[in-house]
Amino acid sequence: MDRIPILRMGNFLLVTIQVDLYDRLAQNLESDLVQMVSKTGARGVLIDISALSIVDSFMGRIIGNIGSVSKIMDAETVVVGMQPAVAITLIELGLELKGVHTALNVERGMQLLKDKILVEDNEPEEE
Amino acid sequence: MYVVLNKDRMVIEKEQDVVLYRNRVKEFAVKIGMSLVNQTKLITAASELVRNMLKYANGGVTTIEVISKGRENGIRLIFEDKGPGIADINLAMKDGFSTGKSLGLGLPGAKRLSSEFDIKSTVGKGTSVTLIKWKNG
Repeated sequence: MDRIPILRMGNFLLVTIQVDLYDRLAQNLESDLVQMVSKTGARGVLIDISALSIVDSFMGRIIGNIGSVSKIMDAETVVVGMQPAVAITLIELGLELKGVHTALNVERGMQLLKDKILVEDNEPEEE
Repeated sequence: MYVVLNKDRMVIEKEQDVVLYRNRVKEFAVKIGMSLVNQTKLITAASELVRNMLKYANGGVTTIEVISKGRENGIRLIFEDKGPGIADINLAMKDGFSTGKSLGLGLPGAKRLSSEFDIKSTVGKGTSVTLIKWKNG
């Protein structure tokens, strides 16, 4: 069965969605990610959607769910790399992706996650 | 009235068809030179409707047409299913209403993303949705 790879990098999980999601694939990703968060104790989830040419309400809901569930599991979710046309369409569709953070690219997304976790832990991260 | 320049039909019966269908719509939109933003809106609307068709009616038949009206070109999509139909279309077109467990954005969202949108439904017979996205509209 098709699966979207989840990479672990320190405290974070990285997911790059390179193919157009069909429903089963999206749902698998959701459950895989949540299980990975639980297993690894990851504090942040970064989802790169730069290769997605559309995000419809179903995918939006999956992304929102990942954010909400991760939040309960004490991990922040950031969605990065959204194409401008996708952003325009999402807003017109009525989907605001509440509950997930967004950043322009992977680099800024990682920084955002680091900052979030620093603030939460209220102590500087040891390098 | 509209002149139909090109036409294609596709049967939707499983969820993988959604991706194929979106790609087909994109081919048509690219062929008439639709802008990227309008393409994205059209394909997103199409995705919502084809998903609805699968979810509520176990599939159906879609038609993709290149149409022209005067100097304007556009894409017309027709979705026909033989599902349970929609009892109250006004309610179904409201944001946030859903009989399934979804967000209730599909129909009203698809309408907002289209240039023209029409829905007809008979309970027990099925539902037919037609939308048009003009190249520059």
